[in-house]
Amino acid sequence: MRKMIEGSRAVAEAVALCRPGVISAYPITPQTHIVEELSQIVADGDLDAEYVRVESEHSAASVCLGAVAAGSRSYSATTSQGLLLMVEVLYNIAGMRLPLVITGVNRAISAPLNIWNDQQDTMAIRDTGWLQLYAEDNQEVLDMHIQAYKISEDDRVLLPVMVCMDGFILTHTYETVDMPTQEQVDAFLPSYDPLYKLDPADPYTLGAYAGPERYHEARYTIQQDCLGAKEIVKEVARDFQSAFGRWHGDVIDTYRAEDADTLFVAMGSVIGTLKDWVDAQRAEGEKVGVVKVRCFRPFPAEELVAAVSKAKRVIVLEKAVSMGSTGILAAELRAALYGQSTVPVTGAVAGLGGRDITMATIDEIKQRADAGELDLWADLRAEVLEDA
Amino acid sequence: MSATKPRRRPPLGVVTRPGTSLRNKTGSWGILRPVFDWEKCTGCNTCEMICPEGCLRHLEKKQYEADPDFCKGCGLCAAACPAKAITMSEEHR
Amino acid sequence: MSTTEFTYEGTRGFYPGHRACAGCGQATAARLVMETVGPNCIVANATGCLEVFSSPHPESAWGVPWIHSLFENHPAVASGIEAALKNQGKLDQVRVLAMGGDGATLDIGFGALSGMFERNHDVLYVCMDNEAYMNTGVQRSGSTPFAASTTTSPAGRKSYGEDRPKKDLPAIAAAHGIPYVATASMSYFPDVRRKVKKAIETRGAKYLQIHVPCPPGWGYDEKLTIDIGKLAVECGLYPLVEWENGEVVRVRKIKQVPVEEYLKGQRRFRHLFRDEKSREQIAAIQAIAEENIKKYGLVE
Repeated sequence: MRKMIEGSRAVAEAVALCRPGVISAYPITPQTHIVEELSQIVADGDLDAEYVRVESEHSAASVCLGAVAAGSRSYSATTSQGLLLMVEVLYNIAGMRLPLVITGVNRAISAPLNIWNDQQDTMAIRDTGWLQLYAEDNQEVLDMHIQAYKISEDDRVLLPVMVCMDGFILTHTYETVDMPTQEQVDAFLPSYDPLYKLDPADPYTLGAYAGPERYHEARYTIQQDCLGAKEIVKEVARDFQSAFGRWHGDVIDTYRAEDADTLFVAMGSVIGTLKDWVDAQRAEGEKVGVVKVRCFRPFPAEELVAAVSKAKRVIVLEKAVSMGSTGILAAELRAALYGQSTVPVTGAVAGLGGRDITMATIDEIKQRADAGELDLWADLRAEVLEDA
Repeated sequence: MSATKPRRRPPLGVVTRPGTSLRNKTGSWGILRPVFDWEKCTGCNTCEMICPEGCLRHLEKKQYEADPDFCKGCGLCAAACPAKAITMSEEHR
Repeated sequence: MSTTEFTYEGTRGFYPGHRACAGCGQATAARLVMETVGPNCIVANATGCLEVFSSPHPESAWGVPWIHSLFENHPAVASGIEAALKNQGKLDQVRVLAMGGDGATLDIGFGALSGMFERNHDVLYVCMDNEAYMNTGVQRSGSTPFAASTTTSPAGRKSYGEDRPKKDLPAIAAAHGIPYVATASMSYFPDVRRKVKKAIETRGAKYLQIHVPCPPGWGYDEKLTIDIGKLAVECGLYPLVEWENGEVVRVRKIKQVPVEEYLKGQRRFRHLFRDEKSREQIAAIQAIAEENIKKYGLVE
């Protein structure tokens, strides 16, 4: 059914359609609307779930961990400081190979305190073993949650999935979306059938410690399965298209990229802005295109190399940075290209803390990249810098 | 619910089977062993209850013994016995 | 002399072969809890002595479903397990427990514990109180009693050990108004079993704090675990109390012995006997015991 609703509402309804048995909730802007909408859905009896109002995000993730271990599909949402607070638990969930979906609403990280959008928060958990999918618009983020449970619970994966959506830009924006029916989702996503769980009928010990003689191999197994999950992400995207008729890309997607001289590479809602910029440039005869990274973990190295190698210049536009080093997506793309292609890659950090990325910002980045800058920070305002 | 296709084994290190500690014979730890005087025993079961290993048992009502595979020789049973029917002995190992 | 084999398979919640120190109070307490609760339970355990000595992969001493996640989140993990069982309609058949040491309970897990109590999840929380972070080598916790020497509150030329009194977590638990709170001592094991049984039959959040003496941590010969535990109770430093819905309903009366009887047998208090000045600390500890006796009416 087509309706015009807030992004947060779209997420809440999609999650409800996935029939989680346990939801844990802790408020933090700009994720809060999601958990509020879900609590209303539960309060109205439209979803049979236990809704646990926890006392911190560390506990929110821990409640999900316990619930999944006991055999119930589970859900939570968080952002920024809350995401950082639960990092320890996220490593634990991935290491214990528990399927779970958490919405990572992208927001800047303190200090200074800032509630607006960038992607530094989910970048901070890229090493945990969680799969990460980044959504471009509200339809995609809705669809992504349904796909995420299917990917996560697949026996070949058994790793948690974070669905990343830009805070405010997607959560608080009203777009027209096509909401599937319960029947459609039930047919696509069967109920959770754990490979192992806490059950007195067949008791197991979960979370035993592993010494130097076996920890190394246990972590290797996680890496292998995380890398292998790439195929399941693609498979599920194809299956979703068959079932629901919608395609948002699988691990990457491209827009007017085949004959492009310059390619922008980015993740999340900024893809929409980049597509508009590309259309305007193309109308002037400029051969430019966009590569959207949809699945950041596992990192789609092969697919990206194939997509960008033939261009004359690649510009990575990202809303994150690894302090003391370079942009993160830029560094990973360069590593993937090593030995495969010598296309120059410019890394541009932009839009931190909710700073708007406009057509002018993208023009600036393109000009500076053409002038030879390899790592740049876009839209730095001199008057603000001098204010210090 | 049964799947027609057999499922994979759990990933390495994730699941540990119950009771597998029984492979670890801690009886080699100690130097003392409890010696039970079945004549003095009143059958109160204190020793069996108090053992941190849970390796004491009784055959008949007042015939207690310790499992040499797991007894660490801590002496709690001897200390707790109200009838003083247990002594810790090195020779008895 | 018997010749029949000992058999354990499929009979226990907590098996031998674990790696606890000889004479460990916690091992006995864990066994008693598991025997009383029975097989229809799920346990969420914090990092600590009990977890480490019972679960070195690929060995496990647990016969019931058991999960270890982190140091401070087991109350939340137990809350999640309880919510899942509730949603599955199984909460009437399966009991949920959370277990942790004093460090995990009073310090690092305090927030999660309070949240679990406040939401009144149907979980029995068992705190194994050996009064320090024993697994990491006897460091001070919020439960370390006044004047005890630990590795981070050592007695020294300018110190008499721990300078803060024991955090009163049972009272804090009771202040949440949860259905049942109790303190117990592994030296009084029928009492432990009674309290575990009572807790398991009560619906809602329950807190049981079991005093478990620790031979290496407290510094005494391992065979004296039960005797030391009894002295702690009998001198008034570890009152055995039960609360229901925030009110004290029962206490165990004591005959009262001077605290010195309890302190003198433990290396962690040995520094209090060195001179005149240090003996003043013993008087301060006696005052704490008197306070407990008065507050709970421990002496007839």
